[in-house]
Amino acid sequence: MVPNVLSIKNLNVSVNDKVILKDVSITVKSGEIHALMGPNGTGKSTLAHTIIGTARYKINNGQLYLNDQNLLDLQVYERARAGLFVAFQEPVSVQGLRFINYLRTAYTSLHPDEKLEYKKFVEEVKELLAFFGLDSTFTDRGLNDGLSGGEKKRMEALQMLILRPKFIILDEIDSGLDIDALRVVSKAIGKAKENGAGIIIITHYQRILDYIKPDFVHVLINGRIAESGSGDLAKTIEERGYEYYKGGELDAKVE
Amino acid sequence: MNITKEVNWTQKLSENDVEEVKRLNEIKYDFTTNVKPAFQTQKGLSREVIEDMSRDKKEPEWMKNIRLKALEIFLSKPVPTWGPDLSELNFDELTYYIRPEDRKANNWEEVPKEIKDTFDKLGVPEMEKKYLAGSVAQLQSEGVYSRLKKQWEDKGVIFMDMDSALKLHPDIVREHFGRVVPPSDNKFAALNTAVWSGGSFLYIPRGVQLDLPVQAYFRMNGALEGQFERTLIIAEPGASVHYIEGCTAPTYSQYSLHAAIVEVYVKNSAKVRYTSVQNWSDNIINGPTKRSWVEENGRMEWVQGSLGSKITMTYPSSILRGEYASTSNLNVALGIGPVWKDNGAKVVHAAPNTSSKVVAKSISGKGGMSVYRGQLRINQGAYNSKASVQCDALILDDISKSNTYPHNEILEESASFSHEASVGKISEEQVDYLMSRGIREEDARSLIVLGFLDDVLKEIPLEYSIEFNKLVKLEMNKYGAVG
Repeated sequence: MVPNVLSIKNLNVSVNDKVILKDVSITVKSGEIHALMGPNGTGKSTLAHTIIGTARYKINNGQLYLNDQNLLDLQVYERARAGLFVAFQEPVSVQGLRFINYLRTAYTSLHPDEKLEYKKFVEEVKELLAFFGLDSTFTDRGLNDGLSGGEKKRMEALQMLILRPKFIILDEIDSGLDIDALRVVSKAIGKAKENGAGIIIITHYQRILDYIKPDFVHVLINGRIAESGSGDLAKTIEERGYEYYKGGELDAKVE
Repeated sequence: MNITKEVNWTQKLSENDVEEVKRLNEIKYDFTTNVKPAFQTQKGLSREVIEDMSRDKKEPEWMKNIRLKALEIFLSKPVPTWGPDLSELNFDELTYYIRPEDRKANNWEEVPKEIKDTFDKLGVPEMEKKYLAGSVAQLQSEGVYSRLKKQWEDKGVIFMDMDSALKLHPDIVREHFGRVVPPSDNKFAALNTAVWSGGSFLYIPRGVQLDLPVQAYFRMNGALEGQFERTLIIAEPGASVHYIEGCTAPTYSQYSLHAAIVEVYVKNSAKVRYTSVQNWSDNIINGPTKRSWVEENGRMEWVQGSLGSKITMTYPSSILRGEYASTSNLNVALGIGPVWKDNGAKVVHAAPNTSSKVVAKSISGKGGMSVYRGQLRINQGAYNSKASVQCDALILDDISKSNTYPHNEILEESASFSHEASVGKISEEQVDYLMSRGIREEDARSLIVLGFLDDVLKEIPLEYSIEFNKLVKLEMNKYGAVG
């Protein structure tokens, strides 16, 4: 099988005339896990929103392709249909929109050629809720309505599995998760990889990488990829801290 | 996150939009029944008109006298000016009584073909077959069909059009008529009492609980016509029933007037749910007066879906007269297009330990106006009574409006009362989130709107809520995508 390729090339993005992403290039293939690490306020979330198109920031330069499809030409929902999925850092809630109805609409939008058997679909969702340690009544609850931060993150991970995207971007999926939740979410990421998805894990901390070994690590400092390397780079970063990259033209506040 | 995003999905109200609204109605409702009336009164309102219709109905003298007295009250009251603009209304150019047929049927096969076709198109016989214990159908001023399943007849339940009830059960009608809503209540109530025709009569004997709903379907047919049905529901102690009312009309460039009266008696420990889904065409001025008396331990539930009409003024009321009586009032209104929806609720707590809950949701778009107008009173001595009012408005664009006029009088110190109100727009973050899961923008907006309405929509019978869903989706599609 020819692997799918998500290619981010020389991406340069600004917000309110301030350049946030500078010359960012990352190439992800099916089944690969990339970790994008960096301190807060360095443009990691901007990258996630730029890729899916929800931010509508100004793209000054660069390319974004999924295989030979130019994502920058596509609307948000078309990018999702092309195979992109972002697990958001702060998922919104929609009162009264029942999760299962929402999820079914999303699924049939993303897989229009499949005939969805509703009963089976609900069963599958309930099984996954159990897997994530979530209450089975969440199917009938308003989307993310009244859920805790940790529950919302697990619901994002659940959607990542059920919607079967080609590429997954997890924006700080690990924040707000206790150790058990972190373990189960990591397991889910492993499943997604087995299913052939290419994955970018955006994280501030090394913690989640104790459970999932990334194939590649990129360090984003002040909107620029300061270093890329193999999975072992994460350990090195933990040892020497982001402080190591401070200096030069770096003017972002580095924690 | 939408830093550079412009919210530009508002549009000016164009002829296209009006066309779209019409197109929607045409899908199902916008057709005229070609019937030559068996009888109709001359245009306008006078003693003579009332005497003519009373004679045509062969009704008792006492009813004619009630009508004539109500006419005087009607003439003495000014047209209300505190709400929507009613200046278009000219009482002299309306036809008040149009009887389409000479006989009433208890069997769809006996209904004249043209009229049966009408109700077939509206799905009424189908609904009856699927989930109703009984059904009344009215075209213009009179019931053309009524039927109650035998098992309920055998238990003493009575369900028929109001004119037949006046003939067959004059004593019950006379005892209850005009007590809950007297003609002096408001101008439209006086008008209805003067020229009422049709409507339904529902009587549930002590302890009888109908497990299937009954339905009355009201259909208007022409321009400059009036429909003034009169509904009387009596639930004896321990009885329970769910009554559904559906309303539609074809579209005309000239208005028509619909002004019903609904009187509901909920006796001790009885329970009545009254669901009303009106999808009047956009030339209808709709001003019904609906009220219930609720005795000890009784429960009255009003569920209202207001989709259509040009102007609606509806404030279903519950007077909680007995201890532990309770009521709920769930209301959802779409005010999309050149329309004014003036909806609300009225509750009077007149006994101790009574409770009430009002939830009103409205959507305004395309220049529409949605109003919540409520009156809530807890009388002194209504110890430990509880009341809550929640009204939420969603406004879809910059040219539409929503207003809230709550009027609360809490005269009892031991009572508890809460009022919550919110006005908002669809959040672009929500739209983005749904789009990021492959859902088109218009669909995302529909889902959010339907979610907003869900509290109330889930209480509306499936057949009607499906219609609601379709309508909301169609309306949201008209807004198009931001791109």
